Amino acid sequence: MAEKLVEIKQLKQYFNEGKPNMVKAVDGISFDIYRGETLGLVGESGCGKSTTGRTIIRLYEATDGQVLFNGKDVHGKKSKAELKEFNRKMQMIFQDPYASLNPRMKVADIIAEGIDLHGLAKNKKERMEKVYKLLETVGLNREHANRYPHEFSGGQRQRIGIARALAVEPEFIIADEPISALDVSIQAQVVNLMKQLQAERGLTYLFIAHDLSMVKYISDRIGVMYFGKLVELAPSDVLYNNPLHPYTQSLLSAIPLPDPEHERSRRRKTYDPAIHNYAPDEKVEMREVEPGHFVYCSERELEAYQTNV
Amino acid sequence: MNRLLDIRNLHVSFDTHAGEVKAVRGVDFHLDKGETLAIVGESGSGKSVTTKALMRLIPNPPGRIKEGQMLFEGRDLVSLSEKEMEKLRGKDISMIFQDPMTSLNPTMKVGKQLMEPLIKHQKMSKSDARKRAVELLELVGLPNPEARMSQFPHQFSGGQRQRVVIGIALACNPKILIADEPTTALDVTIQAQILELMKELQKKIETAIIFITHDLGVVANVADRVAVMYGGQVVETGTVDEIFYDPRHPYTWGLLSSMPSLDTDEESELQAIPGTPPDLLHPPKGDAFALRSEYALKIDFEKEPPTYQLSPTHFVKSWLLHPSAPEVEPPASVRQQMKPMPNNFEKPVLAGEVR
Repeated sequence: MAEKLVEIKQLKQYFNEGKPNMVKAVDGISFDIYRGETLGLVGESGCGKSTTGRTIIRLYEATDGQVLFNGKDVHGKKSKAELKEFNRKMQMIFQDPYASLNPRMKVADIIAEGIDLHGLAKNKKERMEKVYKLLETVGLNREHANRYPHEFSGGQRQRIGIARALAVEPEFIIADEPISALDVSIQAQVVNLMKQLQAERGLTYLFIAHDLSMVKYISDRIGVMYFGKLVELAPSDVLYNNPLHPYTQSLLSAIPLPDPEHERSRRRKTYDPAIHNYAPDEKVEMREVEPGHFVYCSERELEAYQTNV
Repeated sequence: MNRLLDIRNLHVSFDTHAGEVKAVRGVDFHLDKGETLAIVGESGSGKSVTTKALMRLIPNPPGRIKEGQMLFEGRDLVSLSEKEMEKLRGKDISMIFQDPMTSLNPTMKVGKQLMEPLIKHQKMSKSDARKRAVELLELVGLPNPEARMSQFPHQFSGGQRQRVVIGIALACNPKILIADEPTTALDVTIQAQILELMKELQKKIETAIIFITHDLGVVANVADRVAVMYGGQVVETGTVDEIFYDPRHPYTWGLLSSMPSLDTDEESELQAIPGTPPDLLHPPKGDAFALRSEYALKIDFEKEPPTYQLSPTHFVKSWLLHPSAPEVEPPASVRQQMKPMPNNFEKPVLAGEVR
C-alpha cells in the first residue's frame, strides 16, 4: 500500500482573496492518499474539510499548492483531453441525495451521462447494458432505470449517486458526507456497499464526514482538520486510542456512544487554542511523532508528545 | 404517582390522494415528572407525528387524530378547543425543533422573541419580561446577554441560536419540553454543550423532556427511558439500561447493531437492516417489521403481536416473547453488550396481566 495515488502539497484555498472578508478555508495542508486505502477527513463545520475535497477534484481553483494525481499536477494548465482523462479517474459522491440528482432526468440518463461524455459505450445497447449492470452492482434493479429520482428513497438515491460515480470506472472517489443525510439503518447499507465496491475494484476513497464512529469504521487512516489546518493524521486505531493533539482529544471526548454506562462516566475535554502558547518565532508544522502519526505542533510540543507515545 | 402525561391508543392519519396514510397506529406511552423519555426510530416511524399530535399541531385537513387519548394532568388534550390549546402551548408544553436556523424569526430581535411568551402567557409587564429574558439568555449560557437582546438571529452561530430557542422554550417553565432532534444539525462539540445545558436546566426547573432522535449515542447520554418506534407503533419501551443491555425486539437489535461502536473492528460487516420502512398507506398485516426481519415467525405475517411485559418498566410488542415461540439469539454485537436486568420477571407476561 506504499504507492501514492494522490499527493496534496501545501494546498491553500482562500476565498475573497485580498479583500477584508478574506477567508482562509484551507490553509496550507499536505497529505498523501495511498492506492486502495480509505482516508477519512473529519472536523467540525467550517473547518475546511469539504473545501479540501472540492479543491482536490478541481471544483475550485486552488489559491496555492499542488495536488498530484498519479504524479501529475491536477491544477494548472491542461489540454482538454488531459482534463477529460483526469475527470474520469476522479469522481465525487455528494452529501445530499436529494439535491445531487437532476430531477428531470431518468435514472438511466443520470448514470449514463459520464459514459456518454467519455464515449465508453459503442452503441445504445452497450450503454444500457452498462447502466443495468451498475444498478445491480449498487443493489438496485434494472427496472429502476426508467424512473425519475423523486421515486426513490434517500438511501436508494445515494446508491444512484454511487452508480453514477462508478460509471466512468474511476480510481479515486471523494465522498463528501455521503451518509449524513440518511437514517441509521440505511447508513450501514451504504457504508457496507462502499466497502464491498472498494474490495472488488480496488478503489481509493477520501471519506469526508463529521460522524466519527462511522469514519473510524470505514477509514484506514484519519486526518483531523481545525480552522483550515490539518492538526493530526494517523492510522485510525492510533488516532482513536492515542490522540495527541488537544483538539483531537476534545473532539473524541465529545462523541456520545450507544452505551449508557460509558455515557454516565464520560468526561468531556474542551479545547482552548491558547494552551499551545506558541512563541512568535516558533515554527509550527506537521511533525511525525511516531511512524505514520503526524501532529501539527512545534519542536517543543513534539518532545512532549513523543514521551506520550 | 408522578404521572404527567398518559398517551393511550393514539391513532393519527393523513388523508391523501392515494388514500389514508396511517402514520401513527395505536401508540401508548407515558411520561413522569422530571424524566427524559427518548423516542427513537427511522424517518417515517411516526415519532414526529406523535409529538406534533401532542401539541395539536397536525394540520387538519389532511391530518386528523382518529382515536385515542392524550391525558395531560388528567385533562384529555384531544378534546380541548383550539383556544384552550393555545393557553397550554408554549406554557405547559413547549417544543424545540431540529433546525435552529428556521425556528427563529429572522426579522425580529432575539430579545423580543424571548419576551413574547412571557408577555402572552405570564402576563408580565414589558419591563419585567425584559428582565426575565436577560436572565434566560444568561441561563442558557450566552455571554453578554444585555447586548445580545437587541441582536438578530443571523448574528448568532448555530449553537447559539439553538441556545436561544431553548431559552424561549423554557421561558414559562414548561412541564413538558419536546425536543425534536435538537442537536442533529450541530457539530459534536456543540451537541455535547447543548445536551449538558438541557440536563442542567432540567434539574433546575424539573421539566420532563421528550427527546426525539435517531442517534443512539445521544439516547444513551440523555434518556431515563426509551421508546422505540417502528411503522407508527411503539415496539419496545424500557429504561435506558433495559433497551441497551437487554433489548428484546428484533428492530431494536437491528438499530443497535447497525451503528458501529468505536471498538467495532473494521473487518466485520455492519449489520444493516435490509429493505425500507413499511408503506403506511397499506400497513402490513401482522408485525410491521416482519418483512425486514430474519427472526420473523409465520404468525408475524398473519396477526399483530400483543405487548409482553418483562419487568415493571420493560414492554415489547413481538411474538418472539410468546411462551411457545422458538428461542432466538440476537446478533453478536448486541449479545456482547447484554447484561442481566435485576428487575426482570421470571418470564415475560402479557401486558395488563400483572398487578
